[in-house]
Amino acid sequence: MILLDPAMISDAQAKMTASRPRSVASKHCRSMLLTRKAEFSASHVCANPALSAEENAAIYGANANAHGHGHNYVVEVTLEGEPDPVTGMVFDLRELKEIINQEVVDPMDHRFLNREVPPFDKIVPTTENIAQEIWRRLSGRVTAPNARLKNVRLYETADLYVDCGNSN
Amino acid sequence: MQLTSRYRFVASHRLHTPALSAEQNAKLYGKCNNPYGHGHDYVLDLTVEGPLDPSGQIVNREALDALVKTQVLRHVDHRDLNSEVAELAGQVTTTENLALAIEGMLKSQWTLPARLVRVRIAETERNTFELESKP
Repeated sequence: MILLDPAMISDAQAKMTASRPRSVASKHCRSMLLTRKAEFSASHVCANPALSAEENAAIYGANANAHGHGHNYVVEVTLEGEPDPVTGMVFDLRELKEIINQEVVDPMDHRFLNREVPPFDKIVPTTENIAQEIWRRLSGRVTAPNARLKNVRLYETADLYVDCGNSN
Repeated sequence: MQLTSRYRFVASHRLHTPALSAEQNAKLYGKCNNPYGHGHDYVLDLTVEGPLDPSGQIVNREALDALVKTQVLRHVDHRDLNSEVAELAGQVTTTENLALAIEGMLKSQWTLPARLVRVRIAETERNTFELESKP
């Protein structure tokens, strides 16, 4: 979703940059973090088919139950960037919401991850692996000259979350 | 990648240092200096960092939970921090010192492949203390 003609924005940017005093310009160039939250509910089984039931239970505990179980996952997507001098935004939140819906919520909400959401037919859907997959899906979509994907935090429960980011 | 797991414990304590007079303690610590003590519902967030193991995990959850239970929760939950926790003996039981003590309690028996990188304790919903743990 592009709200403004890019050529118009870059023209306006050039004018604003030229007219803005240096000290004010530097204040506006500081990097900021922006976080958008989304929820999805999904079921999964954490078990490696190459291992025995006993081995899987030793590694994954109750999560290895072959019948599956579910979580209300909460994902927090953090972008880092500089506010655009014209729009005042690091990234269009409506566009970010739409990207998260398309890449994460629509394909994963109310799904059995192991059976319905590749690559979890081949990769064990641990919280770590789901966070990595969300990172992989979003990193190709969240692209802007002034913003980049910084972190994906995935809560499996209110008491356990994983951070997947450039720095870790 | 990093994984953060939350634990809870309740404990009583009193902020008081023998290095100061009764009046100075009362002035410095205020209500927290009440001689009868008081308690909190502490919330402990532990963050570990490391690569994924072949099972797709940073750390085995049950191993982490067992370590925290054995090394920390068993010693502090429903305890008086001033008189019952060896690692805090002789120290003022501020949440800063509690965070350092918990880091030490964990690291003394840390055998997990992932690295402990952060100890965060909320004393109340309004007061949170965070300690970056160095290798």
